[in-house]
Amino acid sequence: MLYASLQNSILAFQNHYFKQDSNYITLEHILNIRNVSKIYENAGHKLTVLDQINFSIQTGTTVAITGPSGSGKTTLLGLCAGLDRSSSGTVSLNGIDLDHLTEDERAAVRNRYVGFIFQNFQLLPTLTALENVMVPLELRGERNIKKHALDLLDKVGLADRSGHYPVQLSGGEQQRVSLARAFSNQPAILFADEPTGNLDAETSDKVIKLLFDLNKEAGTTLVIVTHDLDLAAKTNRMIKLKGGVVVADLELNHA
Amino acid sequence: MPELNFNIKRPINYSWLVKMAWRDSRKNRSRLLLFMSSIILGIAALVAVYSFKANLQRDIDEQAKTLTGADLIIQSRRPLSPAVTALLDTLGLHRAKEKNFVSMVYFPKGEGSRLVEVKALTGDYPFYGSIETKPVAAAKTFKKGRRALVDHTLMLQYQAKPGDSIKIGNLSFAIEGSLESVPGQTGITSMVTPVVYIPLEYLEQTGLMQLGSRIQSRYFYQYKDVSGVNSDLKRHQQLLDKEQLSYETVATKKESTSRAFKNLNQFLALSGFIALLLGCIGVGTSIQVYIKEKLGAIATLRCLGLNAKEAFLIYLIQVGVIGLLGAIAGAFLGTVLQFLLPVVLKDFIPVELSMGVSWAAIGQGLATGLVISVLFAMPSLISVRSISPLNAIRASFEEAKPRRDFLKWLVYLLIIAFVYGFTYLQMNNGMQALAFLVGIVLSFLLLIGQAKLLMVILRKMIPQRMAYVWRQGFANLYRPNNQTMLLSVAIGLSTLFIVTLYLVQGVLLNKVAVSGSETKSNMVLFDIQPAQKEPLVKLLKAEHLPVLGQVPIVTMRILEINGKTAAQYEDTTAKEPGNRTPRAFSGEIRATYQADLRPTELLTEGKWTGTTTENGTVFISLEKAYADRIKVKIGDSIVFDVQGLPLKTKVGSFRSVNWNTVQPNFRVAFPTGVLEQAPQFYVFMTNVPAAERSADLQSKVLRQFPNVSIVNLDMIVKTIENLLDKINFVIRFMAGFSMATGWIVLLSSVMSSKGQRLKESVLLRTMGASRKQIMTITGLEYLFLGFIATAAGIILALLGSWALAEFALQSNYAPELLPLLVFLFAIPLLVMLTGLYSSRSVLNQPPLQILRKES
Ligand SMILES: Nc1ncnc2c1ncn2[C@@H]1O[C@H](COP(=O)(O)OP(=O)(O)OP(=O)(O)O)[C@@H](O)[C@H]1O
Ligand SMILES: [Mg+2]
Repeated sequence: MLYASLQNSILAFQNHYFKQDSNYITLEHILNIRNVSKIYENAGHKLTVLDQINFSIQTGTTVAITGPSGSGKTTLLGLCAGLDRSSSGTVSLNGIDLDHLTEDERAAVRNRYVGFIFQNFQLLPTLTALENVMVPLELRGERNIKKHALDLLDKVGLADRSGHYPVQLSGGEQQRVSLARAFSNQPAILFADEPTGNLDAETSDKVIKLLFDLNKEAGTTLVIVTHDLDLAAKTNRMIKLKGGVVVADLELNHA
Repeated sequence: MPELNFNIKRPINYSWLVKMAWRDSRKNRSRLLLFMSSIILGIAALVAVYSFKANLQRDIDEQAKTLTGADLIIQSRRPLSPAVTALLDTLGLHRAKEKNFVSMVYFPKGEGSRLVEVKALTGDYPFYGSIETKPVAAAKTFKKGRRALVDHTLMLQYQAKPGDSIKIGNLSFAIEGSLESVPGQTGITSMVTPVVYIPLEYLEQTGLMQLGSRIQSRYFYQYKDVSGVNSDLKRHQQLLDKEQLSYETVATKKESTSRAFKNLNQFLALSGFIALLLGCIGVGTSIQVYIKEKLGAIATLRCLGLNAKEAFLIYLIQVGVIGLLGAIAGAFLGTVLQFLLPVVLKDFIPVELSMGVSWAAIGQGLATGLVISVLFAMPSLISVRSISPLNAIRASFEEAKPRRDFLKWLVYLLIIAFVYGFTYLQMNNGMQALAFLVGIVLSFLLLIGQAKLLMVILRKMIPQRMAYVWRQGFANLYRPNNQTMLLSVAIGLSTLFIVTLYLVQGVLLNKVAVSGSETKSNMVLFDIQPAQKEPLVKLLKAEHLPVLGQVPIVTMRILEINGKTAAQYEDTTAKEPGNRTPRAFSGEIRATYQADLRPTELLTEGKWTGTTTENGTVFISLEKAYADRIKVKIGDSIVFDVQGLPLKTKVGSFRSVNWNTVQPNFRVAFPTGVLEQAPQFYVFMTNVPAAERSADLQSKVLRQFPNVSIVNLDMIVKTIENLLDKINFVIRFMAGFSMATGWIVLLSSVMSSKGQRLKESVLLRTMGASRKQIMTITGLEYLFLGFIATAAGIILALLGSWALAEFALQSNYAPELLPLLVFLFAIPLLVMLTGLYSSRSVLNQPPLQILRKES
């Protein structure tokens, strides 16, 4: 803990001192988005999907990104998670400036700090449920992880399905496996794009409850993109996008 | 919480990558099986051909001594000077001698006669290997009296047994045993002219030596080692050359035997190579589609933090392992296959084929298999590196500007270098290999261009009024994610290779076909002396047999070319390399004279003169190939030695001669009016309608004219056809094998393209499309594409095989059109059926099941 804070403060200092960043980055901010724009160019035609976005996310909080379809939510998520490069501006994750990393370095950052939950689950079809959960840890080269993975599967209620392939699971079950996978590498921050978009209301509730429970237990920062205002209301903060700009940024207080 | 020791450049965990590669392959075994089968078939063909070549060469090397039976054989067709005779009696450690000639023999018991090669032998030949006889001892004991060894097929034909007698010329011999095999002779040659051995001491008494038979003397020597042979040859080279003696050693025999199989080997190599190239296409297409299907999984793994290099390595491991497995299976199959080749080939290969497992060939096959798997999969594997993790959150994310990847160009360069290197190894000719390579690259580019053009045209041309299913079928060819390019190239190139092989096979079969039926004659009588001419004509008349030709033969040698003798040329050749060698002067020429060209001859240059001109100039005509060999042009003067008398001539014309006909053919043809008085003999041709009458005629002729030889053309043609059937079988077999590989390639490319269409078809099905509508859409797409690509492939194949026939095989080229039409319709049909078959699950399974599987 001490070491981690030390490292963060060093990185923050460097950002502040050498990059002349106007905003002072506090230790508590795991994600910092500064003047981020994304412009797609198609046959000479420019399309500004994100326009000068700014916000920071505090470590350990839960944030919902909402907005109408086409407003740029997925695009923003992709940038935050280091899946894509912004056209301008900086994205720094856990104090690491993603814009100056190579694709491989960003992959390493994802593996170390980031977890994902997708709308369409994206389990690897050739791997069993258990193997899917183990992949992020195995990628790190960790050993003796089977028990940890089985524990996670147990937490999502699928311990008895560990040997099954994704095609043998229902959508809700697949999403639960994907939750287990997302938490398996104990990520610092978890991104979820419409995690319940493909599920019915009842299953959604189950998955959301699991998501928040696991999150509380692990102390992970959670960023959820969603249409579902009920889901958004469960978070600490709601960022509203419209036409590629932030139109509202609300602190939500829960009892 | 992050730890401080986090290292952004983490080390690669190879064992985990191997595990991942294994897991990842689990659900796609059938796809990988197609990939593997391309390798298996390609490598099998290659290993079969390589092993066969290696084994044949080894057998020739090992058995070369038993092919010659001696370390040195010196042979001559002329009487020898006393000096040479003395020399020949002193060479080597052990000596043996044989005189051989072709003659008729008569079986008194069976009342039959047959043309044979009589070998009169003295001494302990062969020094290596053996003359195999039944009973075994006969090979030695026949020399102890007036006894003969008779070829076993002959014994069978005339139902002769040991102890029976056989008449050669004026003399009867007791048959000591049947001759099973003679050093260096194949089953086929012994069928055309079977061998009869007699002791040399009785040759005089047969009376055949005086009557113009062409007698060859062979002197056999055994040495302590090869260096003895070489030093003796070196020491006596000049004398041997001067006396026009030719010689054969174990080394020269090895060489000539290997050369004899060059054509066959070359074709086998070509078909093996084509099978391999088809395999390469198979690898390329199947891996490309495989990777495309893996896109989602790769993107997800990238989200989870897999880096580009690791993703690349996972698939490289898969390709490498499957490639190696395929290569192993292919090497095994190839080794089994090559055991089949000798079964059909054994009759015309002089060595005993041992056909062991050739580890060198297997090693080569394994290495080649691994290299082509990795090399031809590499363009797709490299693209794995640039698959963006965004694909996991977007339906299908294609980067707007695909970044230029110089590695890709390096891979293309390597592929080109590989094809060139491999072609060069097959052809041993830099220019030809380059031409081949350019041909392939051009075909490749043309097919790509054709596919692009097709897409543009379809997009522009499809009328909106067209029925929906038709529009949909055609539109599938240009819509995003289409497989038009891949399938065009795969189908086009496979068709190109398959059809080229088919056409080249046709050229080769043409080249070796015999035409025995051009004239009506089926019986040829040789060595007829002038005095026997009239009585023989009378005999034929009495038998009511036609005399279809009387061809005179005069033997002669070349004395001078353009005023210089052999000795004078010998002085100058040293200074002018490439000039006429003294070889032109050696060797006896059998010439004829005639007023008109023969049916098997064609004037190619100059003017044919049928009679000697008034001022006495003799214009002769030479066979073109022979003239080239002795480097003579039209207008050159040649002086012949016609049995002691010099005869001045001028080269008036060149002819091409069809040697494939079993007919008297001549390199040198004289006009009438000069040779009529020269010592000569004749060849008669006649037609004997029934087989029994031919036996009857043979014995009648033989009784009256013991020196005349009779050849039954029907029998020879049958024997040669039999031989050709076997060669043709081998050619067809190997060609068929390559074509099978082509089919697998087609299959795999079509099968692998189904993934794209499957989802759509299911959606259409969900929306209520009928079975017939879906089949029409799918079938139309494949049929149309298959047809265009096949047509392009056939056109390219016509060009390619023409070039091969013209430049590499030097044969005339006349492709048949009907089989091409069959290809043109059969291949698209096959493509369509494969396409329909591979999407049958859409029609037979409930849509839900497929949607779940595909998502
Ligand atoms: N590769 C691309 N090229 C051009 N435009 C793109 C590309 N990817 C996305 N867009 C555009 O960017 C805009 C934002 O897309 P994005 O997927 O981020 O929206 P979203 O807010 O996630 O919508 P939804 O709620 O429907 O998922 C859209 O208008 C889309 O058309
Ligand atoms: Mg979205």
